[in-house]
Amino acid sequence: MHATEHPGRSTRTELPKSPTGIRGLDEVTGGGLPQGRTTLIVGKAGSGKTLLGMEFLVHGAEEYGEPGVIISFEESAADLVQNVASLGYDVQDLCDRGLFAIDHVEISRSDIIETGEFDLEALFIRLAYAIDSIGAKRVVLDTIESLFSGLANTGILRAELRRLFFWLKEKGVTAVVTGESGEATMTRHGLEEYVSDCVILLDHRVDEQISTRRLRVVKYRGSVHGTNEYPFLIDETGISVLPITSTGLVHTVSQERISSGVERLDAMFEGEGFYRGSTVMITGTPGTGKTSFGASFAHAACLRGEKCLYFSFEESPDQIVRNMQSIGIDLAPHIASGLLAIHSSRPTMYGLEMHLVLMLKMIQELQPAVVVIDPLTDLITIGTQKDVKVMLTRLIDYLKSNGITALFTHLVHIQEAAAPANPVVSSLIDTLIRLQDVESAGERNRGLYVLKSRGMEHSNQIREYRITGGGIELADVYVGPAGMFMGTARFVQEAQERAEEAARREEIAFRKRELERKRSAMEARLAALQGEFAAEEENLRRLIQAESRREKGRDASVREIEKMRRADAAAPREEE
Amino acid sequence: MNDGKNEHTEERFSATDEFEQAAARTPARYVLRLYVAGMTPRSQRAIENIKEICETHLAGRYDLEVVDVYQQPERAQEAQIVAAPTLIKQLPLPLRKLIGDMSDTDRVLIGLGVQEKE
Repeated sequence: MHATEHPGRSTRTELPKSPTGIRGLDEVTGGGLPQGRTTLIVGKAGSGKTLLGMEFLVHGAEEYGEPGVIISFEESAADLVQNVASLGYDVQDLCDRGLFAIDHVEISRSDIIETGEFDLEALFIRLAYAIDSIGAKRVVLDTIESLFSGLANTGILRAELRRLFFWLKEKGVTAVVTGESGEATMTRHGLEEYVSDCVILLDHRVDEQISTRRLRVVKYRGSVHGTNEYPFLIDETGISVLPITSTGLVHTVSQERISSGVERLDAMFEGEGFYRGSTVMITGTPGTGKTSFGASFAHAACLRGEKCLYFSFEESPDQIVRNMQSIGIDLAPHIASGLLAIHSSRPTMYGLEMHLVLMLKMIQELQPAVVVIDPLTDLITIGTQKDVKVMLTRLIDYLKSNGITALFTHLVHIQEAAAPANPVVSSLIDTLIRLQDVESAGERNRGLYVLKSRGMEHSNQIREYRITGGGIELADVYVGPAGMFMGTARFVQEAQERAEEAARREEIAFRKRELERKRSAMEARLAALQGEFAAEEENLRRLIQAESRREKGRDASVREIEKMRRADAAAPREEE
Repeated sequence: MNDGKNEHTEERFSATDEFEQAAARTPARYVLRLYVAGMTPRSQRAIENIKEICETHLAGRYDLEVVDVYQQPERAQEAQIVAAPTLIKQLPLPLRKLIGDMSDTDRVLIGLGVQEKE
């Protein structure tokens, strides 16, 4: 029945929508507010109703070529212009260019006297005049309920409001009407009765002194919409709604690997490090060097020329830079070159949701390849377990679907160190590295192991690591028959082992020498014996010779004697 | 369809002139403006009622201008008119806005501040 509706064009014609241009809101509403219809924005004072309306108009005028009119029942035109000027919107300029019109309707009961029947035709005329003067497509009425405080005859007023909403629909403008939330009814004066197409509720809650703004689409006729409460943020760029609707587990994954920034740690993951787009958590007790691991990772990313966003909830950027310089990681040049942004804030500054909204906003702005949150623990402590799980799931889903590799550090306390990790978050994590203090022999050493790493082989070894002037160094721990040793004990044990080995070697050498000596002694003795033997042999030979000579001599003498005797007997005796 | 209701439109004073004139004269001169939205029965009723009241109580010392905001929507904006009909008592001060068809004569007189004079 209206020009903006196209019934029956196809089996699934989506309702035409007017994008608000507000970060996140268009995602939640599936494209914006219903075009040509009226949307009611309900909220308490200070919940951001007017700002939402103004942003709807400004974005419409600037980005979507749809001029807009605001009929303000509360703030003057000058105030409105000034209020959004602080967000960087030059409404005056838009007015001058014929894209924006402001009409401030002042009503004060004190100078109004009702003298009979009346209607609000004059308001309609003003509205029509404003719309027609710039060809407006968008209209904001803020807050039309002010009429109730100015006019006593609510019977007429209600009839006129009903007529107004019909009239707006007939005009074909996309309208936003704001209303104060009431006690029994949604709005104080029951505006929701008249506006039935789309209702958005803004809420500003303070839990434990931490305020969180939330937005909920209460109803959206003819369109699917996110039904959750979405936290939103009002800052120097206006409203941002946390756009993450848990999209399910459909993100594409990468085979690419990126370095952890610590060479030997990469070695524990098939030598290649983490998967790009994965979520890594480093848990550890206090003083185990979690920040150093975070900084190493960030440093490595920047050296690869990738952008890195570092959220710190414990230390200021300067402090991180200084401290990391002491271990040979110089982050300052990366900050100067714009590759690295360190954002520090106190966890208690906002609620968990606000932190995540802020973080997402910054992630969207910087578009980093790598995000470090140091530590995640502080965020966990400011929400309930359920909140934390929901919000972290959203955050991680968002990071994963954008292919951003995230490294979270997580502080565990000593008494719970035996447990694998916080069960709330550990199931969301792809790679979990555990840092642990090992106390023995009067000193504290640091050990590291990989608790899990999805989709890759990873070392089951415990490594000792040292934080040195040159960064983080990993060393094998000494594992021997006497148990596991780290630190000095490892050094001592290794020295002892070396000494024992040396001693054994010494012993062998000694034995060898001994044997050698024995051999030479034996050989000497052998030589002596041989000499002795030879001498005796010689003696004997000499004796024999002498004997034979003597015999010869005796024979000769005998013959001489015989000869001499023969001279007597004249014949030698042969028989003898 | 709704021409001819803009009576006395040529007679325009600046606020200061009006104030001085009003202050100089006794009893005070009334400067009234009636804003109507088209020539509806209600508008006509309002015009008739206010004319009658003025003739009865303020004869000879009032200026009444009738403005049709259909014709001059910018004047509705200037004068902060929301309801129709609306009578603005510009002078004497304080400024008053009387809305409705002026059928409640007592309230109109209270609004104009002339009740006690009669």
